[in-house]
Amino acid sequence: MSACDVIVLGAGPAGASAAIEASKAGLNVVLLDAGAAAGGQVYRAPPGSFRVTDAEAMGPDFAIGDGLRQELAASPAKCFFGRSVWHIAPGFVVRAVFEGNTEVYEAPTLIVAMGTHERVIPMPGWTLPGVMGLAAATILLKSQRILPGENTVVAGTGPLLAAVAASILKGGGKVAALVELSTRMDWVKALPSLISRPDLLKRGFGWLGELRAAGVPIYRGHALTAITGDAEVTGVEIAPVDAQWRPLAGQRRTIAADSVTIGHGLVPSTEVTRLMGAKHEYRHEQGGWVALRNEDFETTIPNIFVAGDGAGIAGAAAAALRGRITGLAVARRAGRKIDASRETTLRAQLGKAERFGHAISDLMQARPGLIETMTPETIVCRCEEVTRADLDSAIRDGARDVNQMKAWTRCGMGPCQGRMCGEAAASLLAAVQGGDRSKVGQLTARPPLRPIPYEAIVGQFDYADMELPEPQPG
Amino acid sequence: MGARRIEGGIARPAPVSIDVDGQSIQAFPGESVATALWAAGIRALRTSPVSASARGIFCAMGVCQECVADIDGRTTPTCLEPVREGMRISLRWNRP
Repeated sequence: MSACDVIVLGAGPAGASAAIEASKAGLNVVLLDAGAAAGGQVYRAPPGSFRVTDAEAMGPDFAIGDGLRQELAASPAKCFFGRSVWHIAPGFVVRAVFEGNTEVYEAPTLIVAMGTHERVIPMPGWTLPGVMGLAAATILLKSQRILPGENTVVAGTGPLLAAVAASILKGGGKVAALVELSTRMDWVKALPSLISRPDLLKRGFGWLGELRAAGVPIYRGHALTAITGDAEVTGVEIAPVDAQWRPLAGQRRTIAADSVTIGHGLVPSTEVTRLMGAKHEYRHEQGGWVALRNEDFETTIPNIFVAGDGAGIAGAAAAALRGRITGLAVARRAGRKIDASRETTLRAQLGKAERFGHAISDLMQARPGLIETMTPETIVCRCEEVTRADLDSAIRDGARDVNQMKAWTRCGMGPCQGRMCGEAAASLLAAVQGGDRSKVGQLTARPPLRPIPYEAIVGQFDYADMELPEPQPG
Repeated sequence: MGARRIEGGIARPAPVSIDVDGQSIQAFPGESVATALWAAGIRALRTSPVSASARGIFCAMGVCQECVADIDGRTTPTCLEPVREGMRISLRWNRP
């Protein structure tokens, strides 16, 4: 067992920044991450075996991520990569799998910076090979350096759409169409909050300019209503939507494509704070359920802190600032000397970054009418293959809470543990309760937090080595 | 047809061979197994346990479990597993 002052879970912008600050203030910090290097998803590095020959071609995020990785490597924080955390006991005792075996880490303070996962509200055909999330496409393009397809439809909500589409073009691929739920007016309404980051706004306009120059058809105010193909993707069907994003009947259009990348915003990953029993509240504009926290980012469980998008979606810049503030706060509370004026400056910067991040997050959040892209036959739970008709039937039978729905239908019971279907299932339940997501609750988190090999829990043993009592009477 | 790798910005190490159900494919050490399969045109990575329908890369970050395969005897998400020379991958591990 490895003991230290603080364990940080997640090495994205928030976790890495928290580990840097807390360790530089003199605390003994252990940082655990499932990836091969720091950066999280947003600053995910290319594989270590790849040599970056042209940093500029890798985009501005690469430089920011690389700076963060260098700062972390130069800090006293001890980083352990390839660790998948599967259990945490009070105290706090963290169990993580590394190369098939469980390791145990212990510390009195925990900083949870688990980031987000992507929301995709299903439509027929979304389980076909060749359909992936926008975040997945970003990883393939930025880190793995491979195209998501030859001719890709990019669909959903938020700034990732234009970013992914522009990256595909830059990588030499073709974008069949960009299909966005938001309208130009939605973006105009968000503009006053977005002006706080003119650099990012300029980047966004740059992407759109590249798409126009390449002649990419852009459909705003449209939803993907189906993905077609038998064994693989052959195209999509789209339809205009109303203000609540309900697809309008009778106005379908088809687009040929060999791949689709789609996303409807980001959801904070709260499995650790749920497992630990912290109180959460539903905040639509921040992506959903978030742990309640004080100004030092401490949850309702003493000495468990949350940082980054896992504490509510606000974007990468805000995530890094939240991480630094949390790291400093943890050090201050442990009696270490910190630069108070620096903390004040960081908090002021955070206010500005959060304003931008929350405006973007608000634009990305799925509106209630989007559930109508799920036809009765559409698979909602990919793991257990539970359809919308199965869920509707459970709702008719009186299911009112996501855990009740899970127990009745198996929706959310498979290996993704509800991370892929949870949002869609909760939206269906909420629709019959006035659209109030806070009423339908959140899935209970249970160990193991990730699928892990059986030997990682029980260890390796041979039956011949077991001491068995002699049969009685002898 | 296989997905195209992007050449700009990075230099890859020398390619190696990995075995996919008896077929040898070229891959670059360090890239994910999912990427290597994607580049070789292998999009359907497993069949779902209920209806036996084809599934492929979906989240690419180890969350959805759609891309799991048998790698050297262990059920592993291919999106998180880096390519090593001589790896043996089975995409038929869960089929009768």
